[in-house]
Parts: sequence; structure tokens; C-alpha cells
Amino acid sequence: MNIMSEAAVEKALDGKMNDISYKMIGRDVSVYYGEKRALYDVNLDVRENTVTALIGPSGCGKSTFLRTLNRMNDTIDGCRVTGRITLDGDDIYDPAIDVVELRARVGMVFQKPNPFPKSIYENVAYGPRIHGLAKAKADMDAIVEQSLQKAGLWNEVKDRLQESGTGLSGGQQQRLCIARAVAVSPEVILMDEPCSALDPIATAKVEELIHELRANFTIVIVTHSMQQAARVSQRTAMFHLGNLVEENDTDKMFTNPDDQRTQDYIMGRFG
Amino acid sequence: MAPSHIVSAYDEELKYLSRRISEMGGTAEQMVADSVRALVTTDAVLAQKVISEDIILDNAERQINEKAIVTIAKRQPMAADLREIMGAIRIAAELERVGDLGKNTAKRVIAVQSSGMPRTLARGLEHLAELALMQLKEVLDVYATRSVDKAKAIRERDDEIDAIYTSLFRELLTYMMEDPRNITPCTHLLFCAKNIERIGDHATNIAETIYYMATGSQPEGERPKDDTSTSVVAADLSEASE
Repeated sequence: MNIMSEAAVEKALDGKMNDISYKMIGRDVSVYYGEKRALYDVNLDVRENTVTALIGPSGCGKSTFLRTLNRMNDTIDGCRVTGRITLDGDDIYDPAIDVVELRARVGMVFQKPNPFPKSIYENVAYGPRIHGLAKAKADMDAIVEQSLQKAGLWNEVKDRLQESGTGLSGGQQQRLCIARAVAVSPEVILMDEPCSALDPIATAKVEELIHELRANFTIVIVTHSMQQAARVSQRTAMFHLGNLVEENDTDKMFTNPDDQRTQDYIMGRFG
Repeated sequence: MAPSHIVSAYDEELKYLSRRISEMGGTAEQMVADSVRALVTTDAVLAQKVISEDIILDNAERQINEKAIVTIAKRQPMAADLREIMGAIRIAAELERVGDLGKNTAKRVIAVQSSGMPRTLARGLEHLAELALMQLKEVLDVYATRSVDKAKAIRERDDEIDAIYTSLFRELLTYMMEDPRNITPCTHLLFCAKNIERIGDHATNIAETIYYMATGSQPEGERPKDDTSTSVVAADLSEASE
């Protein structure tokens, strides 16, 4: 895989590291599924070029919050979002916002790899094509190659780009989905348990990839694996019963968290 | 008290570690007390017992480390659990060193005995040992209770031991200057005094580890130091006695 070293990533981020800038800001975000309230006034700022991990027990609202960031909740009947979420200062729930364009800027990778039943090449080319990002075939070839490079998959698939994406291994499929998300040059990538269906080696490759993607993208990841959150993220947010309990530097979060609920959850104790 | 783990076997593993640490502490305490008693009463049999007990602490430390490593691999501990396990590894190492120092003191009993040591000299050592043992006993109590305040208090009290050690150092040097025949026993006693003073340091290290285990941060500020023996020279002593 074509992976940047830790030092290279830090270097690429040099200068950006000192002054924190926030890519997305959530203020008093509440989500209702019909009568049921799933999130309670969440205030969470997502730092640019940072991996933010969302953790918490099942049903705590972490995936719900993740989905508010590119309005994936719009597709669920009876789902209502209140509060304010901005991307570079613009309210993403403004009626004037083009949701398709928003989702190109805030891409998403899901729990189960879900490549289209098309060739590897077409899987990656699909997004850029509908967004009109490539004028000529050569441009598209370049986008496909770069995206597969960024997803650390190029060397494994470059000789079989016309084969079906569904024929790849689970880990390769997930990296193909990451390449697909990356192909439309998003600014933020949301990942909803991207490794939960992968074996440890494929997981390690995706984690290494997340680490490298941070140089160019802002990443928000939902994970059930505390160790994964500790490994891949710089900031961690802990959700519990629809509330944001604590948001902190990851190193602090997993060695000495401030909140007792975080402490009990990460240590696997009865709360 | 923190709530129990969902996986109860995890609790058992942590309990095993703390139980073994307490046992090591008890053994180390006994060894140090016996070594000083053997020295003061020139009891070679007791000294031999201390020497033979050192292996108990060596084995216990090894077992604690093995258990800790397996627990880390198996449970991937976080936060307070992780600090608990790291603390156990560190405290086991400190206690093993305390045992070594007791053993070293015991080994010198025969040399001191055969070169004829004046009784009065041992008195100063006894007092030093009382303080060091008190530190050790209290720090082991703190390990059981995890009292942050008491851990801090122990850390701040090590200077008493240092001060007595320095005065003992000067005293032994004076005896050596008075009569060259004192040099052999006094040199051994000097090492014994150093051993005991080190035990105080180890107790202080344990107090700092417990503080970290309980709070997740290191105690602030330098620990107090009153060991000025490093700058004692014979010239000062002769001036003082003139």
C-alpha cells in the first residue's frame, strides 16, 4: 500500500496543527424519530484535518449524530432534526442547500462494504461522472487512479480495473468504497463502523488509510471498538442515552477521562 | 468504589494483582525488619533466613508481571484499569528491590559481627530503619485504601529519613577517623544505612505510583530531599570536633 509515514502526515499538517479550525459545528442538535427523541441538544465541533471518533453503547445516538452531518437522516420517514449544523459556516439544513452537493462535500462510508455491481473502475468513476468532474476519458482515468491510490488499493487492482467490484475481498471492497467516497473530492468523510465486517488485517489497512486520509480530509468515525477509536482518532466524543457526555483529546479520553460514564464505558464496567 | 466489570473474570485478574502486591509488601516489610534486627543483635541465623527469603519476592514479581501482561493482551485495559495494571508492575519492581536491599543488609551481618562493632553504632541504624519501615508500612496501607492525600503525605516525608541518614553518615565517618580498626565494620554499616535509606526512596516511589493510579496524573513538584551526605568531607568533621 502507498502509505505516508506518521512524520509525513504530521509534516503535511504542519501549520494547520497549531491553530485549530473547525470544519463542522453542531449547535443544540436534537433528532426525533417520530415521537421518540434520539439526540438531546448536542454541541459538537468537528476539527479540520482531524479524525474525530464517536463512541458509546448501542442506541446512544452516535450514528444518528453522524447521519445529521450529511443529512442522511432526511431519507428516514418521520425523522426531524432541530438545532444548527454548519459546514465552513454555512447552515447545511438551510432550505437553499443542494443536498446532493452537500453529500459530495461530506461523503460517507458504511458499515458493510457496498460496492455497486459494476466494474472496479465504474465504482470509482460513478460519482465524478454524475458530478461532472471529468471532461475527457483521460481525466477520469486520472481521478480513478488517484482515488484508488489514496485508498491504498491501486497496486492490488490496477491490472483488473474492469473486473467486478463485488469480486474483491471484504477489506478490498471497503477500501473500494473509500476510493469511491474520495473520488468526488469531499472535504469531510463520515465513516459508520467501517471495519466491523472486516478481519484484523483488513481492519489494520483501513486504519492505516484513515490515518493517511487525515492529511487531506476531515474524518468523523463511529466505532464500537474502543481500541480502534484510541488508535485512529485525535479527538473522541462519548455519547450516552442521546447526550454528548464528553468530548476530549483521544489520549486523555482513554487514559484519564473526565466523566464517570465515559470511564465506566471504556473500561467495560457496569454504569 | 468503581462498578464491577461486565466480564467478572477481569475483576478476578485485577484482584489477583492487588492481592499479590499486598503479599509482596508483607514479605518485604518482614525481610527488612528481620535484616535490621539480625544486624543489631548480630544474629547470623536470622540473617540467613532473610537471605533465603529473597527468592519469594523474585518469584512474586515475575508472576505479577506475567499475569499483568496476559491481562493487557486479553482485556486491552483502558483508563483506570490500565493504570492499575501498570501500577502493579511498577510497585512489584519496587518491592523486589526493597527485598534485595534487605538481603544485602543481612549479608553484611557476619562481616560486621566478626570485625567487632560497638553496640551504640547500631542504635542510629535502628532508628533509621524504624522510619523507613514506617514509610513502607504506611505506603502499603495506602495501596489498600488508595488514599490520594495519604500518598502525597508519604511522599513529602522522605526528607526525615534523608536527614537521619546524613547524620549517621557523619557519625560513621567520625568513628573511622578515630580508629582505623573501625573502618571495616563502619564501611559495612554505611552500606547498610544506604540500603535502608534507599528503602525509604522506594516507599516514596510507590506512593507516587499510587497517586498516579488513583488520579491519572503525576504528583506535582519536586519531592523533598534532605540527603546532604554527598557533600560531607572529612575536613568538615575534624573542624566540627575541634
